[in-house]
Amino acid sequence: MTEKLLTCVECPRGCQITVTLDDGKVVSVVGNFCPRGKVYAENECVNPKRVVTSTMNSDIGVLVPVRTDKPVLKANIFDVMKKINATTCKTPIKLGDVIIANIDGDANLIASKTVK
Amino acid sequence: MKNYDLVVVGGGPAGMAAAVAAFDAGVKNILIIERDTKLGGVLNQCVHNGFGLTRFKENLAGPEYAEKFSDEVEKRDIDVMLSTMVLEVGADKTVTAMNSEYGVFTLKPMAIILAMGCRERSKGALNIAGARSAGIYSAGTAQRYVNIEGYLPGKNVVILGSGDIGLIMARRMTLEGAKVHAVCEIMPFSSGLKRNIVQCLDDFGIPLYLNHTIVDIQGKERVTGVTIAEVNPVDKKPIKGTEIHFDCDTVLFSVGLIPENELTKNAGIPMSPRTKGAIVNQYRETDVEGIFACGNVLHVHDLVDFASEEAEIAGRSAYEYISGKLNKEKTVNLINGANIGYVLPQKITVPSGDVKVFFRVTNVFKNVTFKVKDGDEVVISKKKLTVAPGEMETIVLKSDLLSANKSGNITIELEAQND
Ligand code: SF4
Repeated sequence: MTEKLLTCVECPRGCQITVTLDDGKVVSVVGNFCPRGKVYAENECVNPKRVVTSTMNSDIGVLVPVRTDKPVLKANIFDVMKKINATTCKTPIKLGDVIIANIDGDANLIASKTVK
Repeated sequence: MKNYDLVVVGGGPAGMAAAVAAFDAGVKNILIIERDTKLGGVLNQCVHNGFGLTRFKENLAGPEYAEKFSDEVEKRDIDVMLSTMVLEVGADKTVTAMNSEYGVFTLKPMAIILAMGCRERSKGALNIAGARSAGIYSAGTAQRYVNIEGYLPGKNVVILGSGDIGLIMARRMTLEGAKVHAVCEIMPFSSGLKRNIVQCLDDFGIPLYLNHTIVDIQGKERVTGVTIAEVNPVDKKPIKGTEIHFDCDTVLFSVGLIPENELTKNAGIPMSPRTKGAIVNQYRETDVEGIFACGNVLHVHDLVDFASEEAEIAGRSAYEYISGKLNKEKTVNLINGANIGYVLPQKITVPSGDVKVFFRVTNVFKNVTFKVKDGDEVVISKKKLTVAPGEMETIVLKSDLLSANKSGNITIELEAQND
């Protein structure tokens, strides 16, 4: 049995979570204030994931803020960044519009702002 | 020009939320004055997420959060003047402003809400030895370069100060291909949120040097390197022999935010030396009747969600004031006791409803008890496992507790079992 100390990053409360692992399997999660913390802690031990946020060039030269609509595998963050920086999006664009579908697994890249 | 009942100075998250809340409460002629070309304030350059969790139960990027509010402003009959500078706010409730359409003009509304936000502490105050070469920026300036103007201010970076913007920029610049060599923090703890240490530094293997500061910056025209050293935790003086050198072309500093209160001070509104904002009661009304303040101009919030919440209090209160309903019979002073940095509001007028009080502790402590006292008598006692100055604390003072107050003062203090 091993214990792992984590800080949940899902919200600013930043709960200190203790995960007990048996042979790599999560057997208990303690310290999370809400259920999202449990999901985070379990993922963090097996397959850490993060939402990626950045900006993308647009056809009118204005930067468009973008983000993934779901967390992507931490190991793939830089691949996602490469795809973002290799793309120029078309305006007008509405907040929430999908710019790159399935940028990583089932996560899409969406616009986090309306640009007219 | 139209006669306004309420003028809101600043169109960032606080100003927008205040105007919307005032409108919904019943104020009809509202004007928001914003110096930028669009509403939203600093949120426009905060492309990272973490906004709106409390308010919308969604993890939004800054521009999304701003857009949700500017949509609300647009839906209502609220006037907005962009690219307009407020030159002066008078204690007689006048607002003098300037723009290219009207030149200099003065408004005389019934109430004013100050929502100018905050700015970064400048590096001048830091007193770092070494060259004053190009390549030294505040974290917020670097954020604007990367996220609005679209260029990376450097390739090899050292960050001084562990404020949230510095941490966010450590990640942002790393994602765009820069190498962030170190974040150094003179205090024994980070002033940023724990989650930002994890997701902005740990995720990318960026080291955080606590109890460290920059002792030298090298380079004539452009920064070529910095030297950091450990400091004595007591007198903060660098310890000889602990120096570490980094070759770098960029230094960012992120040493905290400070409310932007030139207008407030010039209006003669009494200020708190602790929050660096105006002294207010629970309505977020300053000592000048009918002038309210909210958001980061009042005190620096950890989260925009809380700034919006505070702004709504100010907005609703402005309505109550305009309609003559703010009833103030007696004032209770809120005092920051042992280990408490500041308390907000600083005053509560009774009768009142329940009042949520915000405060910050002065240091990192474990196993603490917060005590609320009426004179010497403890009226609330609340335990907590860990506290840090970077994380705002709250306590609700019940209406009956406030009206039963005998001493005229309420003190909030922190007792630490060990530290
Ligand atoms: S466990 Fe829940 S409350 Fe705690 S940090 Fe995670 S999301 Fe926030």
